[in-house]
Amino acid sequence: MDVELRGLTKRFGPVVANDNVNLHIRAGEVLGLLGENGAGKSTMMNMLSGLYTPDEGEIIIDGKPVKFEGPGDGIAAGIGMVHQHFMLVPVMTVAENVVLGVEPTGKFGYLDIKKARRQVEEINEKYRLHVPPDELIEDLPVGIQQRVEILKVLFRSADVLILDEPTAVLTPQEVREFFGIVDGLKKAGKAIVFITHKLHEVLEISDRISVLRQGRITGEGDPKTLTEADLAEMMVGRPVSFTTAKETAKPGRTMLEMTDVTMLDENDDMVLDHVSMTVRSGEVVGVAGVQGNGQTELVEAITGLERVASGKIDFDGKDITHARVRDRHKMGMAHIPEDRHKSGMVDSFTIAENMVLNNYYAPEYSRGWAIDWPKVNETAARYCIEFDVRTPSVFLPGGALSGGNQQKMVVARELERETKLVIASQPTRGVDVGSIEYIHERLINSRDEGDGVLIVSSELDEIMGLSDRIYVMYDGKIVAEFDNTGGKADRNAVGLAMAGSFEGEPA
Amino acid sequence: MSEHKGPDLKQVNERMRGLMARTTHGRDDFEDLVIVPLFAVVVALVFGALIMLATAVDLPTIGRSFVALAVGSVGSLSAWSETLTASIPLVLAGLGLGLGFRAGLFNIGAEGQLLVGGLAAVIAGFSFAGLPWIIHLPVTLLVGALVGALYAAIAGFLKATTGAHEVISTIMLNLISYRLLDWLLRQPFIQREGRSDPISRNVADSATLPRILDFIDVNLRLHAGIFVMLAAVALVWWMLFRSKIGFAFRASGENPDAANYAGMNSAFIIVLAMGTAGALAGLAGATQVTGVLGRASPGFSAGIGFDAIAVALLGRSHPIGILFAGILFGALEAGGRQMQVQAGVSIDLIGIIQALIIIFIAAPLLVRAIFPWGFKKRTKRVGDA
Repeated sequence: MDVELRGLTKRFGPVVANDNVNLHIRAGEVLGLLGENGAGKSTMMNMLSGLYTPDEGEIIIDGKPVKFEGPGDGIAAGIGMVHQHFMLVPVMTVAENVVLGVEPTGKFGYLDIKKARRQVEEINEKYRLHVPPDELIEDLPVGIQQRVEILKVLFRSADVLILDEPTAVLTPQEVREFFGIVDGLKKAGKAIVFITHKLHEVLEISDRISVLRQGRITGEGDPKTLTEADLAEMMVGRPVSFTTAKETAKPGRTMLEMTDVTMLDENDDMVLDHVSMTVRSGEVVGVAGVQGNGQTELVEAITGLERVASGKIDFDGKDITHARVRDRHKMGMAHIPEDRHKSGMVDSFTIAENMVLNNYYAPEYSRGWAIDWPKVNETAARYCIEFDVRTPSVFLPGGALSGGNQQKMVVARELERETKLVIASQPTRGVDVGSIEYIHERLINSRDEGDGVLIVSSELDEIMGLSDRIYVMYDGKIVAEFDNTGGKADRNAVGLAMAGSFEGEPA
Repeated sequence: MSEHKGPDLKQVNERMRGLMARTTHGRDDFEDLVIVPLFAVVVALVFGALIMLATAVDLPTIGRSFVALAVGSVGSLSAWSETLTASIPLVLAGLGLGLGFRAGLFNIGAEGQLLVGGLAAVIAGFSFAGLPWIIHLPVTLLVGALVGALYAAIAGFLKATTGAHEVISTIMLNLISYRLLDWLLRQPFIQREGRSDPISRNVADSATLPRILDFIDVNLRLHAGIFVMLAAVALVWWMLFRSKIGFAFRASGENPDAANYAGMNSAFIIVLAMGTAGALAGLAGATQVTGVLGRASPGFSAGIGFDAIAVALLGRSHPIGILFAGILFGALEAGGRQMQVQAGVSIDLIGIIQALIIIFIAAPLLVRAIFPWGFKKRTKRVGDA
């Protein structure tokens, strides 16, 4: 099946989300689609699935123009979406999930689950998906759940598969397997659109690449001749450097020392399992791991947001196991939280207010019981310039900024203080390439000023690129430690440890 | 690469000034804060007329009642005096509720806090008779505020320690306060001598808020509580938007996770915000007993604590908004009495109109649909931008 977008334009009020987009999706091909947040990828995909109707232009399937009137028209025409966030019912089996909404029924509308199972098996065989049809979704690892999503659209006889950031939740090994499946689909004559912001992946798997920036196609090309730098420049509109230039670390005294720290969740399950680690001043320590293996809890333990059940945490030689959040903050701990919207900022507060969210009480911003607002506003304006937060005014609500600028706002607040230890959790999640570069530079800068820096990230590239030392977390435990001086850690070994199948080298 | 080094000082100063320039309030703010409430009032009055029609009130009477409503609320000096007098406790209690809303606390207990605060003020008002008024009056008001604060802090404490929801606990505290009042009013040290019904002794003159317009006409009831009210408006504004603790209140209300992250002590904030709200409600009760009633009797709060919820909502939890909303509700009450007397329309209609105002305030989209020309067309933000 061939799908062509011709001159597709979509406006939301004065905002042009897609501007004269031309795209050709061909059977038996993988089209890589790159773009930063807000470049218009989702708008385009929503027009393809029938959720939005284009203001101008047309969608042509196999030479015939089609008009989608609502959601469901896309899949009916053979265009299937696999979303980044899975839409599966955890307590139902694979087969039940796959047929949900289009269940095969027998007499009097009874559910023919046997037939459903058979159909699922057939697709499973044909594309070698290796999905167990009778398992409950909640018992399956994320990588398999994703294949269930793919199965779902294949079951609805999609010939075009749109995969939205499919590798974001996978370990490096799972990514390999996933690419194998994509290859199989391609050979079977499916057309695949692979949406991502990971440049090396798109180079590896795609037959053609299109880059979207500010609603327009800004570049197209052949992955054989393009480099990551080319793609990044097309995405951002200027040259981007990837490797954060840095000197060899000069580790100093121990800043953070965790000894046998254990944390329980509300069901008394162990979410941190006797974790011990150190971070020294002047070094970047990375914590790698697939999401949900205890990294969130690790950060909560260090920053004081959750109680630990046992063990000891020392910060610059002082016991802070039971210290309050604010005391740790006062001692010089900076914390870039993993989810800025949930906890790092208040959307309705102005940029100025957000810039002092956790140090508004500090003497330099105080006049008695009042906050010295002129001082705060001035500081906020200075931070905005210093950290390149793009806004016309510091009185705009923080929620009005783009993701990258919000994150730079949070990073500015955390790093512009006198700090000794920086805890950066997913510091560049949902942030555009240009801002990623900048945030990385600032983190290295903190290290060079003698801070201990702990980076927790599910992006292995980020961990490999920034860290001087790497811990790998799996199932609430530190399962491996790698020395990454000069980038010498073995990426493959780290990946294996993330999958829990490797007890790492003792460092 | 970024170029954060280098741009010359003048350029940086220029940008700083640009960033710190106060932008005028957006049109959207204006619509939300002024136009919606204004139209809500208009629609509510129209619906009130329709309800009168539906209950077989003839048109001339409806006309007369609206004239009476206007004359009785703003048509004369004495009408203004009545309006403002009625608005004093509404604004005070409304400020407390609004402050609580800002901190994310839905305090329904202003009625109970107002009762206990008012009763405490009465007790202080007759117990320390003989003190010079310059001491006795402030002490009386402060006692009212303090007792209101303590009463509200019970709900705050329960929430902070056990997670008990403040809506439930403040409603229960309201019920307790009614019976507590009934019981206390029969205690010999409170009950007026020679009376068998539950009524308190009179507040001493030295603890009475003086009437401020009696030099014009002795019947003008407006009392010095209006200065207390204005001071409270200014204080709450300062507290919310200028002080450190107000910053923490607002952060906790808008995003409790972010407040936690920022190291704000949520238990302390909950108790303190409830306490402050209770202090303002208690002060409302104290001004009412020392400025208007002169004593306490069962149900002397007259639902002010509940009307104040509406006032706080109508005022969008902003001190200035609450001031105007409180005056509006005071006007409805003063005008409503006149309406009852002159047009023979039940004062219950005023309650209906107040309720309608709140419904329309809570449904701004409805107001926008009824008055499409009053609003600029909104550009929707959809999609992934």
